[in-house]
Amino acid sequence: MLVMIIRRLVQSIVVMLTVGLIAFAMFRYVGDPISQMVGQDTPIQVREQMRQELGLNDPVVVQFARFVGNTVRGNFGISFRIGRPVSELIIERLPATLELSLLAALFALVAGIPMGIYTGLRPDSWLSKVFLTISLVGVSLPTFFIGILLILVFGVLLGWLPTFGRGDVVHLGVWTTGLLTASGLKSLIMPAFTLGLFQLTLTMRLVRSEILEVMRTDFIKFARARGLTPRAINFGHALKNTLVPVITITGLQLGGIIAFAIITETVFQWPGMGLLFVQAVQFADIPIMSTYLVLIAFFFVVINLIVDVLYFVVDPRLRAESSPHGH
Amino acid sequence: MRLNFKALGLAVALVVAIAAAPPTPQAKELHWAFQGDIHSMDPYSLNETFSLGTLGNVYEGLVRRTADLKVVPALAVRWELKEPTRWRVYLRHGVTFHDGRPFTADDVVFSYKRATAKGSDVGGKLASVTDVRKVDRYTVDFITSAPNPIITSEWETWMIMSKGWADEHQADMPEGPSGAGASYAHLHENGTGPYTLVSREADVKSVFKAYPKWWDAKNHKGMPDRVVMSPIASASTRVAALLSGNVAMAYPIPVQDMKRVDDNAGTHMLVGPEVRTIYLGMDMFRDELLHSNVKGKNPFKDKRVRQAFYQAIDEDAIAAKVMRGLATPTAIMVAPGIIGYEKSFKRLPYDPEKAKALLTEAGYPDGFELHMDCPNDRYVNDAQICQAVVGMLAKVGVKVDLLAQPKAIYFGKILPPKLDTDFYLIGWQPDSFDSWNPLYNLLNCPEGKKGRFNLGGYCNHEVDKLTAEILSETNQKKRAAMLHKVWGIVIHDIATIPLHQQALAWGVSDKITVKQRADNVFHWYHVDMK
Amino acid sequence: MQRIREIAHQVFDSDIWYSFTSSKVTMLAAVVTIMFIVSAVLAPLIAPQNPFNPGDLNLMDAFTPPVWYHAGMVHYVLGTDDQGRDIFSTILFGSRISLLVGVGAMLMAMVIGVALGLLSGYAGGALDNFIMRVADVTLSFPALLVAMLIDGVVRGIFPNVTQDQSAIYVLIFSIGVSSWPPFARTVRGSTMVERNKEYVQAARIIGRSPAAIMGQHVLPNVMGPVLVIGTIGLAISILTEASLSFLGVGMPPTTPSLGTLIRIGNDFLFSGEWWIVVFPGAALAILILAVNLLGDWLRDALNPKLR
Repeated sequence: MLVMIIRRLVQSIVVMLTVGLIAFAMFRYVGDPISQMVGQDTPIQVREQMRQELGLNDPVVVQFARFVGNTVRGNFGISFRIGRPVSELIIERLPATLELSLLAALFALVAGIPMGIYTGLRPDSWLSKVFLTISLVGVSLPTFFIGILLILVFGVLLGWLPTFGRGDVVHLGVWTTGLLTASGLKSLIMPAFTLGLFQLTLTMRLVRSEILEVMRTDFIKFARARGLTPRAINFGHALKNTLVPVITITGLQLGGIIAFAIITETVFQWPGMGLLFVQAVQFADIPIMSTYLVLIAFFFVVINLIVDVLYFVVDPRLRAESSPHGH
Repeated sequence: MRLNFKALGLAVALVVAIAAAPPTPQAKELHWAFQGDIHSMDPYSLNETFSLGTLGNVYEGLVRRTADLKVVPALAVRWELKEPTRWRVYLRHGVTFHDGRPFTADDVVFSYKRATAKGSDVGGKLASVTDVRKVDRYTVDFITSAPNPIITSEWETWMIMSKGWADEHQADMPEGPSGAGASYAHLHENGTGPYTLVSREADVKSVFKAYPKWWDAKNHKGMPDRVVMSPIASASTRVAALLSGNVAMAYPIPVQDMKRVDDNAGTHMLVGPEVRTIYLGMDMFRDELLHSNVKGKNPFKDKRVRQAFYQAIDEDAIAAKVMRGLATPTAIMVAPGIIGYEKSFKRLPYDPEKAKALLTEAGYPDGFELHMDCPNDRYVNDAQICQAVVGMLAKVGVKVDLLAQPKAIYFGKILPPKLDTDFYLIGWQPDSFDSWNPLYNLLNCPEGKKGRFNLGGYCNHEVDKLTAEILSETNQKKRAAMLHKVWGIVIHDIATIPLHQQALAWGVSDKITVKQRADNVFHWYHVDMK
Repeated sequence: MQRIREIAHQVFDSDIWYSFTSSKVTMLAAVVTIMFIVSAVLAPLIAPQNPFNPGDLNLMDAFTPPVWYHAGMVHYVLGTDDQGRDIFSTILFGSRISLLVGVGAMLMAMVIGVALGLLSGYAGGALDNFIMRVADVTLSFPALLVAMLIDGVVRGIFPNVTQDQSAIYVLIFSIGVSSWPPFARTVRGSTMVERNKEYVQAARIIGRSPAAIMGQHVLPNVMGPVLVIGTIGLAISILTEASLSFLGVGMPPTTPSLGTLIRIGNDFLFSGEWWIVVFPGAALAILILAVNLLGDWLRDALNPKLR
């Protein structure tokens, strides 16, 4: 298994580098950072000089080589817009995005799995139909629109929840958390719900269809024939068998959640990496853009690996297949 | 596996309890939001209205402007012309920087050097100054290359830094935002102004507290003790933050939401004309437009075509609908409040029939095609204005392909050296509040330092001559006559199509009163917390 | 003629047709989807105004409320937006753009995915590994990011191509190029199963290209799942385009999609001009809902285990 992990990692790095080069070649076209780094009456010559000093006039390959070289040494460059090392900025912003994403994923699982089980076991009950309909409406509207509607209702009209930002955060070393203060928790509710809604629907529908499928398989029929209680059948057998696809999708979706956090963070002015990235794109802040992309790719590789490892833990059949002595 | 409904219920109860808890009020704490953040704490790194305006709460210049933009003494108490090219400036006694160092003539001399050094973006504010000499501890002389009657006009935003502090922290050279390392002055401050920086997280939150030893504190009793500035990029979210009371002041408020802010219990709008003029420029120097179907000649070289464009555009409709009445249509390139503004100049009337006739006369009976460049995140409803202009021009047969883009791309495309545009929308606000600045930068023939932002290449040597004379004319009456003459020429030539001055749009909580400056600068000592 | 009758007989006698007619919801979803497609195709004929032609718009008519309001106007049934565009016409034209982007992107993803899946499953070994890692990395760059980058590049390389002209291709390409992995994975799985079957060996012996014959045999088998992925993917693509327009890289406001309309209307949510956002929002929700329901039904109907 270790060999597999290492091989996967190496392969991923090679492809990441290739994609990185392509992405980097693109950056030179996303805009001119200089025009926003100077005031309106700064002379053209000064602008040109800055461009030269920042290395923006070098060939793409040279810029990329410099980026890879620096990245390997842990130096992600300095943000054009904020004027601070990108690594510092990322460390500041990472907790906000991770807290939001994990909470959204948790919400999707905690609410989605029971709803999925229920709708799978009682496909014809009216509550199932309500769950299914509501969840479908949830995925039929763009995230940003749902976010604004929530702000309008719970922030402006009812005044229950804060409309933007993270509230007060507590510093635990380099990590900042909003989970320990009242305003921090209140601030998390709307963004996490907005971000998790899509995933919730996905999880629920997945669990439902898996349950539907499993309930018709022979081994459940045998279990019924053996006289096991419905509860034992449902949870002991049926649910266990739906876990593998749920893990896969959740794992894959976590990467999606982090990416979709871009929208949620923009709507709620959530000070995470997504917001940092959006503003970097508007500003053509190349160091932040490239670091963000590398980081997202890295997360994804790691998540993929964890999912694969979890497979082995959850599904004994896979373990048997991979082991040479299993047969 | 059993779902723990008790735990879930508890969690829900907790969330509801938290949501219902009332916010704890703070004594004289001001929370406010703008659409972006300042780029640096270094007052020389970026010459941009919001950055310098905000840093004006921490640093101070030799002069400052009142809420109605008059120049009044700040760190200088008075100044006088000793010779045509030598200004003597007397400094305020007893002022200390935030770290306790006293403010003296050495700091002024140092600040001049630092502001004009490489990497500084504010050197232009001292362009006419050739030397600054210390006379004694509280007196300095400014030597200029030519007589300059408006020397103090840009000094509010040339802010004085402490020599001792800069030396101590190796911050004696300015670094633009491109600086290789985070300079000390980039993240820290040591001004003489009313507020000191407590903490700062770029794009997230900056906290300031009042400086008790500020020299002018006694005249600003109601000003907040603590200020929390949060950038909120999304306009709807910013409005929501104000409406819900999460912030006590927010700007800019989108024009369509102003009524909502006014109708909302607890908030109101503060509006007024801004000193920025929004106008359309046309390429009239190339022999052929870059992106037109007219080949071999440039239609904009013909004044009739420029006039046709002018009269085809219904600026009143734009002001009424796109800007919801919160724009002041203008015939002249400067706003009320800028020296040289005159309301006697009138816009040409909206007249599509006349426009068609002019186009026919100029040899384009069926119109022609061209490109238009427009930012979509720079000015109030910029892209919507352009969209409306495209529609109006279509009605007289001119087919315009619109490129509305984010400012990072837009400015890179239209500014020199590329100058890749036929027809563009842009805005200009003269930092000196004097007509000379737009005349010199936007309307002089592009040669050397002149006309650097004259993207259309309008060139009338009479305008250039008058502009040069206006700079050094010290007789106010003569100067006013020259300004009248030069603006008359520019307007007659249809060098540009001025559209309007957009409105300032500050949303304010009823719990505070704020004095609004027409240049969109927000100074917190202008807030009264009641 | 005989042949057509045969096909018709096959279709109407099939299990799928049966499951289709037995579900009212599915039939309704199909009717709605077809209505959307028809009205999108015929938009220029049905719509009272061409909202994409700036010369047809009248700025002074901007912000007209729907017809049942006192200030409403008969020729603007659902009101107008900030540029004086008729909302009803704009929805028709906008659905056309949204569907075009969604269908285009999914077709592209399907072609890439099926081809790479066949190749991967058939070749195996290093090539298979490589393709699957590329799929992983592709998944790690969501369509959202890819589109932002590609949009920037297109603008950089062709500074004078207006978004009206380029946006739709940029969107189809970027959503398509980042949506192929699920197709590839499904097809690869089926291909690997087929590869070792005897008829492939037989084909090799009689001198026919095993790849060709496999394609012929694998494709019909995987068409079901591919269709399901494609239908759900269609809904997601349309939503992705909407999200992109919020970030400023979707369809431009001059040729808006449903998503762009919602983004524009968003700005008027607080000011009370609700019709600018609510009608396009409802149209988008109904379209996505219908497509999703069709996808659900397709999945259940094609899944033999569920019958």
